[in-house]
Amino acid sequence: MSFISYLINGISLGSIYAIIALGYTMVYGIAKMLNFAHGDVIMIGCYVVFTTVTGLGLNPYLSILLSVIVCTVLGVVIEKIAYKPLRKAPPLAVLITAIGVSYFLQNFALLIFGADTKSFTSVIPMNNIKLAGDKLVISGVAMVTVCICIVIMLALMTFIKRTKAGQAMLAVSEDKDAAQLMGVNVNGTISLTFAIGSGLAAIAGVLLCSAYPTLTPYTGSMPGIKAFTAAVFGGIGSIPGAFIGGILLGIIEILGKAYISSQLSDAIVFAVLIIVLLVRPTGILGKAVHEKV
Amino acid sequence: MAMLEVKDLKVNFGVINAIKGVSFEVNEGEVIALIGANGAGKTTILNTITGLVASAEGTVTFEGKDITKVPAHQIVSLGMAHVPEGRRVFAELSVYENLKLGAYTRTDKSEIAKNLEMVYDRFPRLKERRNQLAGTLSGGEQQMLAMGRALMSQPKIIVMDEPSMGLSPILVNEIFDIIEKVSAAGTTVLVVEQNAKKALSIADRAYVLETGNIVLEGEASQLLEDESVKKAYLGE
Repeated sequence: MSFISYLINGISLGSIYAIIALGYTMVYGIAKMLNFAHGDVIMIGCYVVFTTVTGLGLNPYLSILLSVIVCTVLGVVIEKIAYKPLRKAPPLAVLITAIGVSYFLQNFALLIFGADTKSFTSVIPMNNIKLAGDKLVISGVAMVTVCICIVIMLALMTFIKRTKAGQAMLAVSEDKDAAQLMGVNVNGTISLTFAIGSGLAAIAGVLLCSAYPTLTPYTGSMPGIKAFTAAVFGGIGSIPGAFIGGILLGIIEILGKAYISSQLSDAIVFAVLIIVLLVRPTGILGKAVHEKV
Repeated sequence: MAMLEVKDLKVNFGVINAIKGVSFEVNEGEVIALIGANGAGKTTILNTITGLVASAEGTVTFEGKDITKVPAHQIVSLGMAHVPEGRRVFAELSVYENLKLGAYTRTDKSEIAKNLEMVYDRFPRLKERRNQLAGTLSGGEQQMLAMGRALMSQPKIIVMDEPSMGLSPILVNEIFDIIEKVSAAGTTVLVVEQNAKKALSIADRAYVLETGNIVLEGEASQLLEDESVKKAYLGE
């Protein structure tokens, strides 16, 4: 029974990674850059929920909505200020800028909210479910997390397949110039991608802090890196890849913690990544990039 | 007044003057060919017209409107479609999705549906393969898709960059037949080609480009008889 409950916890943690990984993978697909500040957007989102619920007594749902709005705007503003001027710069310059934005957000939070750990009260009102005569307990947060992840994934895939804006995203990710010739505004599409990714980051933040209820300015950092790993694991640029990579990573981490060593669990996660990349350099669902002749 | 007028166009890539002051015009209903060897600047001129490349000097006027500084994504809704060099179809999308993207700026659903049928009529092979990924098409089919995609915007003028590139002689003939039909249906055509013979055979007028300058211009039929053109571009 304990294996099943570990598995469920793993899937739940993996769902959070998957939602964060979506932001990484979409931005990479469209803007061809790694937004290492993505994890810190999550942290800002968590602070928005924490301050408005604990401090101001706002209704949790309104507060989550507010957090989504704040993160969406933040993501778009970061892109406009920090990344857009570097559209034609070498990738390394963009990468370093992203790391800079990440430090900026962490220190900004440090300045505003302080270094002390805040204890985050779960905003998901869902009781645990007991099965098999109380032997198997599934946490309410875990179930909600998995459901939200699936809903987001399906919604996003439908959006991309069925809407004009979604098709424009695919077009931009494949060939910016050709997309422009179709009338697609590339800058607008990149902004939209950052908006969606960052809005999802806010949701991931709420789920993360509801499951692991501590909040510091560095809360987003490690999940951000793990989600990036998940995105690479699944094949960066691929949306189903982010989903599969996230879930697998969560399961590996929790099972590693349970059966091997809780100290080594992160090392195990990254070791698995290295092995996967050695065998399949493009990740599980990634496609080999063909050089155009 | 010419439909499309390019005046004293200069384009620089760093310190290299790729286009050194080119002027030409395209009148409504014409088929105009821009011929020249590899590296003459043909593609750069087209990319500058549609805003993919910024010009250093000069103007591009379309239907009386100065479009020199208009960004690339706003060009298509003015009525100008660009079939880029190397087709540039969206390989990961289906034929149908590619065609739909061609109509990206249009909102008139029923007209788009009609337009799609027209494109399928003109390119029956695209209809057969409408659910296939564009990347799996042959070169000729991809060229047809790129042209069909451009036609989905209902352009007044279609600019085509090397439509014959990498195609077998039979397919080249087929593509040029289609260009003639597109022209006959009322769309103005500006075509850039290395295959000078083929381009001149369908064009009304033509301009010969050499390292960033226009060195010769005239009726296509006259250029076909011109000794220097024959020698340099027609292999005679």
